[in-house]
Amino acid sequence: MIVFEKVSKIYPPDSAALQDISFHITEGEFVSLVGKSGAGKSTLLELFLREKFPSVGTVFFQGENVHQIPDSRLPEFRRKVGVVFQDYKLLPHKTAYENIAYVMEVMGAREQDIVRDVSEVLEIVGLLERAHHYPAQLSGGERQRVAIARALIHRPDVICADEPTGNLDPYHTRDIIGLLVKINELGTTIILATHNKEVINRLGKRVITLDEGRMVRDEERGKFMI
Amino acid sequence: MLIAFQRIMRSGWEKFARDKSSSGAALFIMVIVLSVVTMLFFLQGAASFMIQSLQESVDISTYVKDTASAEEVAQLKAELESIPEVREVRYVSKEQALERFVEAHKQDEVVLESLEIVGQNPLLASLSIKAFDAARYPEISAFLQNTPLASIVSNVDYFDRAPVISRLSRLVAGIQSSVFLVTLLAGFIAVLVAFNTIRLTIYSSRDEIEIMRLVGASNWFIRGPFIIQGMIVGVSATFIVTLLFFPLTLFLGLKLQTFASGFNLFQYFTANLLWILLLQFAVGIGLGVLSSLIAIRRYLKV
Repeated sequence: MIVFEKVSKIYPPDSAALQDISFHITEGEFVSLVGKSGAGKSTLLELFLREKFPSVGTVFFQGENVHQIPDSRLPEFRRKVGVVFQDYKLLPHKTAYENIAYVMEVMGAREQDIVRDVSEVLEIVGLLERAHHYPAQLSGGERQRVAIARALIHRPDVICADEPTGNLDPYHTRDIIGLLVKINELGTTIILATHNKEVINRLGKRVITLDEGRMVRDEERGKFMI
Repeated sequence: MLIAFQRIMRSGWEKFARDKSSSGAALFIMVIVLSVVTMLFFLQGAASFMIQSLQESVDISTYVKDTASAEEVAQLKAELESIPEVREVRYVSKEQALERFVEAHKQDEVVLESLEIVGQNPLLASLSIKAFDAARYPEISAFLQNTPLASIVSNVDYFDRAPVISRLSRLVAGIQSSVFLVTLLAGFIAVLVAFNTIRLTIYSSRDEIEIMRLVGASNWFIRGPFIIQGMIVGVSATFIVTLLFFPLTLFLGLKLQTFASGFNLFQYFTANLLWILLLQFAVGIGLGVLSSLIAIRRYLKV
């Protein structure tokens, strides 16, 4: 489903963010990317989301070279991927409900489908009663749950979560990771970038370890080892 | 398509209503810009009014010999009226000239006594000529010298008044070019300020634009609400400025009338309200939409 083939990202003159990365992710997998800050986890996700272009190598998604998708089809590609960020990246002037509904709106969904699906997903993330609050009126954990709801509302094929628990306390961290596991069990591929040792060790899923831009380990039931 | 349009419209309105700091800043600047544009419109109007009154105060007279027949005078008047530069020709008979002379010198006994001594009307009939443009008087005078009817012309007073008329022409040209320059410069600065303010408000929304891109919004779905917001700012600013200028011109109109040779700002404002509204709408909406379009372009690239 997702293939990285000898991918490097070098910032001029010679600062390598990623070097010679190759791996393959199959549909329905839960893959954690671990590594210290600056190891290249976020760069790897940015390359997959086509926010950045690789200096060398190719990234494939469902058999298509991500970096050769024409601009006109870029929104279509991005609608197949849900993204969750450490800093939530919610639209500040939209309520929790509207932030989630926005994704369906850009896809041209009908109003009654939006009302039905958004209410459903808000219930899944336990925020039905906070639906009409703005991001500034929500706690960090609640914001991240809105971000996850937004990432899964359109039933994407894959969800990329970049340090989703970075700003959360242990209680909310467990909560968010539990949600991601639940989503994965329903069939969605999850890529989780994190440096939270406890999260990785408890998950017991595939772990790709990065160190200074290089892939140093890829284990089926990995542990946090840096 | 219709659903997308409705959503873009709603989103634009929500952005305007909820993002109060950026809408407020853009609206404030747009009100200032439209006020400047409206004042420049007034300046043009006042300048045209002043130029017209200056030009109206100037005329030349051609005096007709006593020997000229009524037909010859009528023919000369008709010929003068057929010149495109001539706005008006008025015949002043010997009797009217005398009446005006007596009226003008009624306090001056010596002059009146002299008239009595002469015993008859010594004044000549004349044609009083007004041109559209004071700079055209030399051509009209030249025509009077070269026309086949030149024999009935006793004198053209242009040559006595030429220095004043030419100074006036230069003054008019000076006013015109100064007003043009001021309009151009102030207009340019106003447009630049508005453009940069809108650019800054969009710059502050760059994270929002990035989020929209990442969740798969098409470029028009991202751009649309900003354009609608720009339009709402333009329309709101037009209404605010129009409402502000009613009392302002009413108050200033009376005060300025004495300085501006009778130019009444309030009357000018109400008489040209439709044009002013059109100008404000065009500038307000045009600036709002164009600067949003240009400013957002760079954030849509990836």
